Amino acid sequence: MALLEVKNLRIEYPSRFGVHAAVKSLSFSINRGEIVGVVGESGAGKSTVGNAIIDLLSPPGVIAAGEVFLDGEKISGLTLEQMRKVRGNKIGFIFQDPMTSLNPLFTVEQQLLETIHANLNVTQDEALKRAINLMQQVGIPEPEVRIKQYPHQFSGGMRQRVVIAIALSGEPDLIIADEPTTALDVSIQDQILTLIRNLCIEKNVGCMLVTHDMGVVSNVTDKIAVMYRGDLVEFGETAKVLGDPDHEYTRSLISAVPRSDRKLDRFPLVSYIEEAHELQALDIKNHWLGQSEEQRDYDGPLLNVENVSLRFITKDSFFESKREYVQANKNVSFSINEGETFGLVGESGSGKSTIARVITGLFPPNEGKITFEGIDLTAIKSERERRPFRRQMQMVFQNPYTSMNPRMKIYDIIAEPIRFHKLAANESQIQQIVFDLLDHVGLGRMAGVKYPHEFSGGQRQRISIARALATRPRLLICDEPTSALDVSVQAQILNLLKDLQDELNLTMLFISHDLPVIRQVCDRIGVMQQGKLLEVNESEQLFTHPQHPYSQHLISLMPEFKGLRSSI
Amino acid sequence: MFTFLVQRLFQALIVMFVISLVAFAIQDNLGDPLREMVGQSVSEAERQVLRDELGLNDSYVVKYTRFITSAVQGDLGNSYFFKRPAVDVILDKLQATMELVLGATLIIIAVSIPLGVYSAIHPKSLWTKIIMAFSSIGISIPVFLTAIILMYIFAIELQWLPSYGRGETISVLGWETGYLTKDGLLHLVLPCISLASIMLPLFIRLVRSEMLEALSSEYVKFATAKGLAMNKIYYQHALKNTMLPVLTVGGVQIGTMVAYTILTETVFQWPGTGFLFLEAINRVDTPLITAYVIFVGLIFVVTNTIVDLLYGVVNPTVNITGKGA
Repeated sequence: MALLEVKNLRIEYPSRFGVHAAVKSLSFSINRGEIVGVVGESGAGKSTVGNAIIDLLSPPGVIAAGEVFLDGEKISGLTLEQMRKVRGNKIGFIFQDPMTSLNPLFTVEQQLLETIHANLNVTQDEALKRAINLMQQVGIPEPEVRIKQYPHQFSGGMRQRVVIAIALSGEPDLIIADEPTTALDVSIQDQILTLIRNLCIEKNVGCMLVTHDMGVVSNVTDKIAVMYRGDLVEFGETAKVLGDPDHEYTRSLISAVPRSDRKLDRFPLVSYIEEAHELQALDIKNHWLGQSEEQRDYDGPLLNVENVSLRFITKDSFFESKREYVQANKNVSFSINEGETFGLVGESGSGKSTIARVITGLFPPNEGKITFEGIDLTAIKSERERRPFRRQMQMVFQNPYTSMNPRMKIYDIIAEPIRFHKLAANESQIQQIVFDLLDHVGLGRMAGVKYPHEFSGGQRQRISIARALATRPRLLICDEPTSALDVSVQAQILNLLKDLQDELNLTMLFISHDLPVIRQVCDRIGVMQQGKLLEVNESEQLFTHPQHPYSQHLISLMPEFKGLRSSI
Repeated sequence: MFTFLVQRLFQALIVMFVISLVAFAIQDNLGDPLREMVGQSVSEAERQVLRDELGLNDSYVVKYTRFITSAVQGDLGNSYFFKRPAVDVILDKLQATMELVLGATLIIIAVSIPLGVYSAIHPKSLWTKIIMAFSSIGISIPVFLTAIILMYIFAIELQWLPSYGRGETISVLGWETGYLTKDGLLHLVLPCISLASIMLPLFIRLVRSEMLEALSSEYVKFATAKGLAMNKIYYQHALKNTMLPVLTVGGVQIGTMVAYTILTETVFQWPGTGFLFLEAINRVDTPLITAYVIFVGLIFVVTNTIVDLLYGVVNPTVNITGKGA
C-alpha cells in the first residue's frame, strides 16, 4: 500500500472575479523510502499541493474536491485538532527559506524541544538527548554547543539542517520539502539533498520534493510528477520522464534547462509557455541603435580590470586600528574584449556582484585601476566627465520586480535614459526609438502605455534589457539576470540576449551563480571565491578541464542534467 | 556594551544640550525678572543698576554659560512663587506624577495586548470590529473630555470614585505612595484611566498590526507544520515577536505620557508636576518652567536609553556588545 495517496485533489481560490482552480484533479502516490519530485514552473500549483496535504493553504484557498490518504487513513477534511496530530508526527515539512522559517527569538534548543514534546511523549532529558542526536544526524558539528544558539548564529546551510532536524524530530513517515535548496549555494545544495536522500533510505520514510530545478530532481528523485497550470501532465519513473517524456510540455520544459554537459547555440522549443511577440528585425546599419558617437580606433580589450581591491567596514571605530573590514574584492584582474561575453561565477558572498558595481562606478575601489577603451575610469573625479562612460555601460539587475519604478509607464522608463543623456534630437525621435526597442525585445509597442506591475517577471526583464539598450551601450553588465525567473522564461531571455549581442556587437559581463547557465552564455569565464578571482579560462576549457581545485570542486557539485536522451 | 553606553551617553548629552538651549531661551525672554523682584516705586535708573549687578545686560553666551554651569550642579534657580529651589519643588511633585504614569502604563499593557492579540487572531469576529471602532473613537476624543465625562459619570452621578486629589498616601522608604491605601487607589482610578485613554487606541492598533505580521510570517507557518498547539504558536512564537516593536514605541510614548499629565492632572487637581507646570505658567514662574522643560527632556532621554538596552536583551539578533556573533 502506498504511504501517501492523493486522489482527484482539486484546490480552489475563490475571489470576487470568480473561482480560480490552482490545482485541478490531481492524483499521485508516494511509497515508503521513495522520493517523488513535483516539478513545474511558478504558478503551476506545486507548492499548493504540499500545503494542501497538511491543510496549510493560505486563505482563501480551499480543497474543493478529492481525498488524501496517509497509510490508508484519510487525512483530508480532519478537524483542526486531528490535523495538528498529523502535522509533525506523521508529516514533516521543510520550507524554502531557512532564513525565515525559524523564529529569530528562540534558541534552536527551544524550537527543537517544543516539536519533540508536541509530537512524542518523552521526558525532558530524553527529548534533549533526541534533539542532540538529531542535530548530529543532520551533520551539525558540536551539537551540544550549537543547540544553545539562536538561528541568526547559523549560516544558511546550517539553518536548513536545523529545519530538517526539526522536521524529523516528530518521527514522521512522510517529509514534504518545498524547494528546500532554492535559497542555498550549490555546494550546500548538494549536501542537503544527499542528507534528505540518505535519511529517506535510513528511516524508510517517503519524501515529496517540490522544486523547479530539473537538475535537482534528476539527481535525487525516484519518480517525477510534472505539473503545468494546475494539471498533472506526467507522472512516472524519473529516468522515463526525463529521458523520454510523453507530454509536449515536459519536452519543452526539459529543453529549456541549461545543459551542463555541452554548449548549445540556442535553447530550442521554449515557446510553449510564454509566447513573446515575433522579434522585429532591424536594419542595424541605418538604425539609431547601430549608430554610435564614439570613434572606435582603440585596439586593446574594451574593459580592463587591474588589481582591483575593495573592502567594506564591518565595524566602525573612532580608532583606525580598531576598525574591522570585510574584503569584498582582492586583487581582481581580468579583461573583456569587444563583442565577447565574459562570465563571472561564484557562490554567494564571493564578490561577483561587487565587481560589477565597482566597474560601473557605484563603489569606488580602494586600490586598482579600471580602464574602458584605455581610459582610466578610477582617475575620473567629476560626475560630468564620468557621464559618457555611464552611458556606455548599462546594467540589467537580478530582480525585475524591484528594479523598475512602479509609478512610471514603460514608455517613460525606457525614454528616461535617452532624455537624460540627450541622445535624441526631439520627442518624436525618442518615441520612434522606444517603440523600436519594445518591438525589438519582443514586447510590442503597445506595452509602452502600461505600468510595470502589468507584466510577468520575464516580460519585466525584457523591459530592463530594453532600458539598458536605450543608451546604446557598448558594455552590458547582467547581474544574475535570470535567477528570479522560471527555466522556460530564462531560456527565452538568454536567447534574446544572444540575438541582441549578435546584432549589436555588444560586449557582455554576465554574472551568475548558475554554472549551466554560465556555460550556455559565456565565451570566457572567471571563477570567484571570497573576493578573489581564482581562475580565468575559456568556457569549454573550464568545464572540461578546470585548473583550480575550487573550480574542480564547484563543477563536480553541479547537478547533472543531461537533457533528453533522444535529441530533438 | 561599553562602546554602546558611551555612544548613548554622548547622544543623550547632545539632546540635553539642545533642550537646555531651548529652556534657557524661555528663561531669558519670558518676562522681566526685575518686575518680580522690585516694586513699582523703583526708578528706571535704579533698575539699570540692578540689571547690571544681576548680569542681565551681559551677552547671551555669557548668560548661557552662567546658566549651564549652575544647571549641571543641579541648580536651576529658585522658584519665584515657592521661594525654594525649582529642582526641589519638582522632585516633591514628581512622585505623584510617576504614580499616575505608572498606573496608566499598567492599564495600557493590561488592555492593549489582550485586545490587540485577540483582534489579530480573530480578524473577522464581531468583537474585533467593536474593538477597532472603539479605538478609532478613542483616538479622536481629547483627553480632557474623557476625563470630564468619566468624572461626571463615576464621581458625580454614581459617586463611586473620588473626583480630585490623591487621597490618603503613606510613606514607604521616603516615597509617598497611594498604591498601598484603599483611598489612594480609589483616587488613582479615574486619572489613570483618562491618561491611558490617549495611548490605548494607538497601542491596540500597534499590537494588532504587529501580531498580524507575525502571524503571516514563515516561522509561524513552520511552527504550525511542526504540529504545535495553536495557543503555543499564538502566545509564544508570535507574541514575542510582536512585543519587540511595541517595546520600542512604548518607550517613546512613556515620555510623551509624562507631558500629557498636564491636562489630566489639571482636570483632576492631581498634585503632580503637570499641574505644577500649568500653575507655574499662570504665575510666570520662569525658573520653574525652565526646570520642568529640562526635567521632561531628561525623562525622555532616560526612558529611550533604557528601552534600547532592553531591546538588546530581548532580541538576540541585536548585538549591543559590539562583538561579532
